[in-house]
This record gives sequence, C-alpha cells and structure tokens, in this order.
Amino acid sequence: MLSNLGILFTIGTLFTSLFIIFFTFKEFKVVNNLIPSKIYKFTLFQLFFSISSFFVLLLAYILSDFSLVNVYENSHSNKPLFYKISGTWGNHEGSLLLWINILVLFSSLFLFLTKNNDKSFKILTLLFQNLLIATFLIFLLTNSNPFSGLFPVPLEGLGLNPILQDPALAIHPPLLYVGFVGSSIYFSAALAALISKIDSQSFAVSIKSWVLVSWFFQTVGILVGSIWAYYELGWGGYWFWDPVENSSLMPWFVMTALLHSILVLERRIGLFSWVIVLSILTFTMSVTGTFLVRSGILNSVHTFASDPSRGLFILSFLVLMVFSSIFIFFKFSPKEDKKYSIFSKEAFIIANNWFMIFFLGVVLIGTLYPVLLDTITGSKISVGPPYYNLILAPFLIPLLFLMTSGPNYKWISNEIRSLFNLVLVLSVTLFLITFFFIKEKNFLINLILFFSIYLITQTLFDFYESFKKKNINISRIISHLGFGLLIFFIYINHIFSVENNFNLKLGETKKTEYYSIKFVNLEEQSIKNYKSIIGYFNVTNKKNFTSKELKPEIRVYDKPFTITYEASINSNLFSDTYLTMSNISDTDVFNIKFQVKPFMNLIWLSVLLLSLGGVLNFFKRKKI
Amino acid sequence: MKKINYIIISVLFSLLFIVLYLSLGNEKIYNTQDLVGKKISEVEINLFQSNESFNTKELTNNEFTILNFWASWCGPCRKEHPNLVRLSKIKNLKLIGVNFKDEKDNARNFLRENGNPFDILAEDKNGKNSVNFGVYGIPETILIDSELKILKKYIGPLNINDVNEIRKIVKK
Repeated sequence: MLSNLGILFTIGTLFTSLFIIFFTFKEFKVVNNLIPSKIYKFTLFQLFFSISSFFVLLLAYILSDFSLVNVYENSHSNKPLFYKISGTWGNHEGSLLLWINILVLFSSLFLFLTKNNDKSFKILTLLFQNLLIATFLIFLLTNSNPFSGLFPVPLEGLGLNPILQDPALAIHPPLLYVGFVGSSIYFSAALAALISKIDSQSFAVSIKSWVLVSWFFQTVGILVGSIWAYYELGWGGYWFWDPVENSSLMPWFVMTALLHSILVLERRIGLFSWVIVLSILTFTMSVTGTFLVRSGILNSVHTFASDPSRGLFILSFLVLMVFSSIFIFFKFSPKEDKKYSIFSKEAFIIANNWFMIFFLGVVLIGTLYPVLLDTITGSKISVGPPYYNLILAPFLIPLLFLMTSGPNYKWISNEIRSLFNLVLVLSVTLFLITFFFIKEKNFLINLILFFSIYLITQTLFDFYESFKKKNINISRIISHLGFGLLIFFIYINHIFSVENNFNLKLGETKKTEYYSIKFVNLEEQSIKNYKSIIGYFNVTNKKNFTSKELKPEIRVYDKPFTITYEASINSNLFSDTYLTMSNISDTDVFNIKFQVKPFMNLIWLSVLLLSLGGVLNFFKRKKI
Repeated sequence: MKKINYIIISVLFSLLFIVLYLSLGNEKIYNTQDLVGKKISEVEINLFQSNESFNTKELTNNEFTILNFWASWCGPCRKEHPNLVRLSKIKNLKLIGVNFKDEKDNARNFLRENGNPFDILAEDKNGKNSVNFGVYGIPETILIDSELKILKKYIGPLNINDVNEIRKIVKK
C-alpha cells in the first residue's frame, strides 16, 4: 500500500516539475511583470507531493513495513524509534529522496520569499531549479526507487548499520544536505541572472540569504560529523582528511568565498562574474562530492553499497550541468573592468577568495589524485594528513593576517594603515606567555599560534571599539573570533595530545608517564538490539592525584551482526580523557587505547561560534 | 581571449570527466594477494636494536625468508606468535620481524614474554615501509625465495596449517 502511495506521490512531483518547466519556459518570452498564478499553484502542489512522498517513506520506516525493499534492507522492528526515523535517510535511496525534497523546498521558498521583482530572473531560476528536480526524480524512479515493493513480505528486516545508530549521525546527513543541496538555488539563480541580465546588486541581495543559510547548515553539518567521528569511530581524531570529509569541505570553501564576495557585489564595487562563477562552483562541488561518495570510486566509512549505474548517472548529470554552465557563462557573461586599490576592504576580500580557492584546489587534488593515478597507471596510493598539513598549514598564516587587518580597511579607499599598534603589542605579549607554557620548538606552529592570537585580540578590540561607536558588525566579529579560536585550539590540542596503546588483563594496572590506568571490572549487559561488554577503568593523574572512572564498551549487534567499540570519554571544558578497549580473541587480554586530548570542547565551541556569526548576519539583514 | 578560455576550460573538464568515467569501471578493492609471484621491492628498513638499516637486497643470501609484520598492541599477533617460534626451527628459513607502528619498550616486553623467533628484527615506526610490501594491516606474513620472489602471502594470523604449508614449500 505504502509502496504504491509513495510512487504515486513521486510521480506527482515529477509531473508538477515538468509542468513548471513548461510554463516557465513559455512565460519567459512573455513581456510583462506578472508571474502567472498557475506557476505559484503548481509549485505548491509540487511541494505537497514531494513532502508527502517523504512522509510515506518515513511512515514505512516507523511502522516497519517490510513490503518496501528499502525498509527491509535498512531497518528492523526491534530498533529504537529514533533510529527507525533516521534510517529513512541512512541509505542511498532514502537520502536521494531527501535531496529532492530539499531541492523542491528551496525552489518554492525562493519563489514565495524572494522580494526581487525582476520577473524573468525569478522565472528562469525556477526553470533551472526544476530541471535539476526533474532530472533527479527520473534518477530516483528509474534507478534508486525507495518505494520498490517486495513480495512475499519478509517478517523481519536486515537492520541499520550499528555505527550509523547514533544521535549525531542521525542529524548529520540532513544538515549537510540542506547545506549543499541548498546551494542549488543560487546555482540556478546565477544561470538565470546571466540570461536575464539582472543588475548585479539586486542579484547579490536576492541570493545572500540563501548563501548564508546553506553556509550555516554546511558548517554545522561538518561539525556534527566531526563530533561523531571523534567519539564513535574510536580513533580519537576528529578530522581525517577522508575523501568523503573532503567532499563536504570543498563546497564549504567555495561558500565561504562566496559569502565574502557578495559583500563586495552588494555595494556595487564589482565581482559580478566572479560571484556567478562561485555560485555555479558551489553546487558543482556538491554534486562532485555526491558522485565521489555514491559511485563507490572511493573507499571510506561513508561508502554506500556501490552500484556503477548510479555513478554513471550522477557523472552524466555532472557533465551536463558543467558544460551547460560553461556555455551559458561564456555566452552571457557581463563585461567588467573594475580596478581595485590595494589597501581597500574589497582587495582583502578578493585575497580571502584566492585563499579559499587555493584551499579548494589543494583538497580537490588530494582527493582526486589517487583516483586519477589509479585509473591511469594502476598504482594505488592514498593521500593522507601529512600532505594536507604540509601544504595548508603555512598558508594559514597569511590568511589569519588578512582576517586580522582586512576588516578595518574602508571600502573603495587606498589608505595605508600602520600595523604597529597596541593590539600588536598585546598579541606579542600574549603569545610570549603562551610560549612560556607550551615551549613548542616548531617555528611554523609558533607562527600560526601567534597569528591566531593576533586575530583573536584584534577581533575583541574591534568589538570594543565598535561597541563604543554603537556600530557593531557582530556577525563578522563572532565568525572571525570563532575561526581564530578554532585554529588556536586545534594547534594547542595537537601539541598536548597524549596517546598510549597497550594490552591489559582484568585487575592489572598500566603506568604511563603521567597517568596510571587500572582495569577494575568487566560486566556484560543485554540491551534491546545489542549485547554490551563494559570495562571499568580507573584513571589516576599522577600529578594531582585526581581519579576518573571510564567505562568503554564493546557492543555486539545482532542485526546485522557487527561489533563496535564505544569509546568512553570523560570530558570537561579543558581536557578530554579518552579510552577505548578491544578484545583479543581467545585470550583474556584487552587492547587499550588511552588518550588525553586537551580543549576538545573548545574546538567544537569555536566552530559553533563561527557558524553563529552566519546566523546573526541573517537576522541583521531581516531588520533592515 | 574569451574564446580561448572557453576552449581551455571545456577541454580540462572533458579530460577530468573521461578519467572519472574510466574510474567507474575500476576494481575498487585493493587485493594484495595479487602480489604473489612478483618480486618484493628493494627497501631500506631500520633495524630495531641499532640505528643501522638493512636493504632487502641482502635477503638474496637466504634460501627462503619470512617477513612477518607484527606489533605488541596487535591481538592476533600474540595468537600467531607460537607458530612463528615453530617456523624459526626450520634450518633453511630465515625469519625477519618487522615491528609495525609500535613502542620499543612494549615490543621488547612482548618478545621477552613470548620468545624471539626472529633472525633479524627491524622496525617500521610509522608504517611507511610496510606499504612497499603491500601490507596495510597486521599481522601479515610474506614468504620469499632467494630471488626475492613472493611465494606466499598470509593476511591475518598464521595457523598451524599455514606452518605445515610453509614447511612443505621450504623442503622442496
């Protein structure tokens, strides 16, 4: 029943999309300034059909309706309700449906909320967006249908991969999807802007909120994924430069660049073509990421069961999208001959953009190079953290410096400012104090630490100054402060992290340089959908004799049969104590991974601060 | 100028997409078993006890050599260790242990507890050298002949059947 209903709603969405494409195409040629009401009506129908199809799938998961292949393969009636719900998007087909829902949602929000009165711009945006929607719907219906039926109906499902049964991971994909699928709307708007020859400022104003929204969700999505990796994967790291993590970071770089360039465009200082390129590039990067993840050409924790036909479809889509964008861009691109003075705000923003594009290039090459090399020469390599650290770290220094001084320059001016001031003196002092405590020998790390302190101090000083003048650019201040703190804490964390690997039997104690770890007890428990072996450990700090109890777990899930290792983390604002244990078969010895990681919570908080800046900017705009 | 940009960008994207298309058909799972029959690469490996290193070329002096990748933190290594001790008693077979991503003290304790079957003990502190042998997880064991050709590759702990198999190969 649900299977047919779902298919019906999906076909309904497809037909309304086709109607919208047809009417917008016809209407585009009509010269007047009124968007006909039928386009509004069809958009509402489309939204209704699309959301209903998603709710049907959700309902099928909640009711454990195994007559749907998708539910049978990814759920189980014993699973807690929360994970039944998150199972809806925990697989390729379901997440594709969520993709389409976000495309549709953004399409209708754009139509109803955008105040821009340029009819052809609005209608063309809708046309391009619906072309995207229709293509993905055809893909869904022909290749990856979440509503495919199954007969006879199985009594029980196969279950959801246990490592995905986690609250952070349940919300991680939807957040990221809103981020990078949301970027589709300014992709469509950019193409529409080129053809409709809308003036650059009103284009900037009409896409700014969408860029902010997608940037915010992308940032928070990456954060949640990182937190999940930190406590669930049991390695104690939070960023691995895994190709799939990179796929979420690449659109983020472009979005960040775009967010800054729009500020220039809004003030009619130029960069129209550049903003268009970035708008196109963001969504292109999102689809590239999707291609890399879904086609299975990369091996990663994120790989869905791969199917070459999926990859082929997404690749064909990408080819079509990229070449039509290139064609439209070169045919309609506006002429610009702006000159920028070096000591102006816009020059700093352009420099910021080049850094973002450089970071994008580095990550893109690091991600694609192994794939290309394997295809061309057959040799297998993997590009890991050393590559990224080596190439990216030195460039953090000028970026931090730009972020420190740039915001205090004026628009369209060429006034040179002295760098020597109170803030610099204060920053040097603060850095020397930090250095006294950390005694780090690496010159590069010291430089990065200094410049992050400089950025933090300058931003706080700016806050104080603008507070006096009652003219606060609070969103910039919060975001830049967040970024400065993020870099600072990442490096402090890197310097002070401790890791020990050893084997321990019940009752034994392991003494490391600063800690003694006692294996006190072992317990077995049966929980709804898994069995748990819990170890009790006492960790004593030799310096201040404080003691903590840590309880790492080994979980044995039965559907599907999987063993996961749950880290036990004792966390406070300044330091995390992290312990995982794994059993060694046929022995009573357990392998222990013990880590002390300072400032983890402050790293998360810095990213929250960074994203909060984006939200504040959104509300600031609303007031005007 | 505009036209040239247009052509360059289109060609670059076309090349990228062609490669991505080809990569779709590639075998994704790296199977190191394919290395059997090939020669091992010439690598310098650091010795465990001293700061010196030895070149895998020197292994041509041995009739048969076993390269075993292990670590004290690796459970299955502990399990297979008695089998390595068994193999160490075969005369025309030399055992080389490569201590993988380990701490020296822990490794020493491990050998003190379980016995040291290795003729040469080497170390691969960051796991880079092991990659040259197609090792990406431990334990792994490679049997080579005097021409440095890989005769057998065992992924995971050696069991008693593997020991017997190695015995047979070496006797011929």
